[in-house]
Amino acid sequence: MTFLVEVVNWFLAPEHWAGSDGIPSRIGEHLWLSATITLVAVAIALPIGVICGHLNRGGFVSINVANFGRAIPSLALLALAFPLALSWRFPGAERPLGFGFWPTFLALVPLGIPPILTNSYVGVREVDRDVVEAARGMGLREQQVLRSVEIPIALPIILAGIRNSAVAIVATATLGALVAGGGLGRYLVDGLARQDYPRMFVGALLVALLAIAVEVAFSGLERVVVSAGVRGREAAEPQLGELPR
Amino acid sequence: MRAGEPLILWDWTFNHLGDIGGYALEHIWLTTIAVGVGFVLAAVMSLIIRQAPTLFGPVTWVAGVLYTIPSLALFAMLVPITGLSVLTAEIGLVSYTLSILVRNMVAGLRSVPPDVREAATGMGYSPWQMLWHIELPLALVVIIAGVRVAVVTTIGLVAVTMVIGEGGLGRLIRMGIDQFFSTPLIIGAVLSIVLAVVCDGALVLVQRLATPWTRPAV
Repeated sequence: MTFLVEVVNWFLAPEHWAGSDGIPSRIGEHLWLSATITLVAVAIALPIGVICGHLNRGGFVSINVANFGRAIPSLALLALAFPLALSWRFPGAERPLGFGFWPTFLALVPLGIPPILTNSYVGVREVDRDVVEAARGMGLREQQVLRSVEIPIALPIILAGIRNSAVAIVATATLGALVAGGGLGRYLVDGLARQDYPRMFVGALLVALLAIAVEVAFSGLERVVVSAGVRGREAAEPQLGELPR
Repeated sequence: MRAGEPLILWDWTFNHLGDIGGYALEHIWLTTIAVGVGFVLAAVMSLIIRQAPTLFGPVTWVAGVLYTIPSLALFAMLVPITGLSVLTAEIGLVSYTLSILVRNMVAGLRSVPPDVREAATGMGYSPWQMLWHIELPLALVVIIAGVRVAVVTTIGLVAVTMVIGEGGLGRLIRMGIDQFFSTPLIIGAVLSIVLAVVCDGALVLVQRLATPWTRPAV
């Protein structure tokens, strides 16, 4: 009981709500980091997946990238990104990328790509070919077919991929604190190091809640952007564990 | 990293081969316990769900929420209760394997077509015979797929337990981060990737051998 009281006191203390190590700024850092990484992963994976699905090509590569990505431990990626960020510099830049943001960014973008790539590929490819033929018959150009027929129908599956990816990124961004990154992982890593367990516990709780909140936010987004006629298609998403062989 | 030092110092590596091997064995051992215990618990829970299907919704919901919680956060939440110990690591690891495996086992058992069940009932199979001779073989593909995900996930998570003083190959990663020493960092990372990929491949082989009927006809 005393521990729970300590946790609540830590959480309510005004000094933990202000400054660069305060709860709002750590949540802000965490969201900013996760959002940037998710957007970059979407920018890379979505066009490739959608175009491969439209052309019905490159499926073998898309699905194998995803399987391989699932097998790679995220901490190992982070460990490999650490020396890379400390030694690599942008062309013309004086100093290397350095600590904090960059190792996490370099490690998590590859982690975020596979679910988006696979789902956008599978989603577009699985659109009923009769519907696509009908759209072509009505005189739609290839680009229009993709934009106004295939993508809207595939949207639930594509969004499910982005959601899986975003939740994984929010969860794994916590590890960035191990290589001097910011975000809520700081409370966990610092709390453990200083044996300040209330700090650590609040951090753990906040990260868990944030991951769940992202999951819920995506369900809300899905309800808003997905056309009523194609709702409920996310069941076609490859279920956890039923790996495409 | 340290100025002027190559990314990998090979003589350091060769002088520490014994330690590295020990960490790798610890990694495999922690993974085996987690998947083994998770498998047994998940099997028991799936059998209970088989008898009482109404439990399926709540159990998968809890498993889904648990799976969303970041590993570092789960380990951290357990430390005030069970301390910095192997037990803390294993409770966290088993929770994840359990949440993966129970969903797959139940999904596997449910994937058996109703016609097949009915035919078996008609041939006089008792419920336990049906489980052993009909449902389990047919569910095997999905169950092994779940074990694959569980093993690969656990290998990654064992490395994370370095934050609570365990970690197998994760200990090398921690040493690298703490000392700004890229050699153990890279060796720990690469070996844990190799371990995950090799185990994944081995389980694909096991699946092919155990369920020959899923192989494409020649």
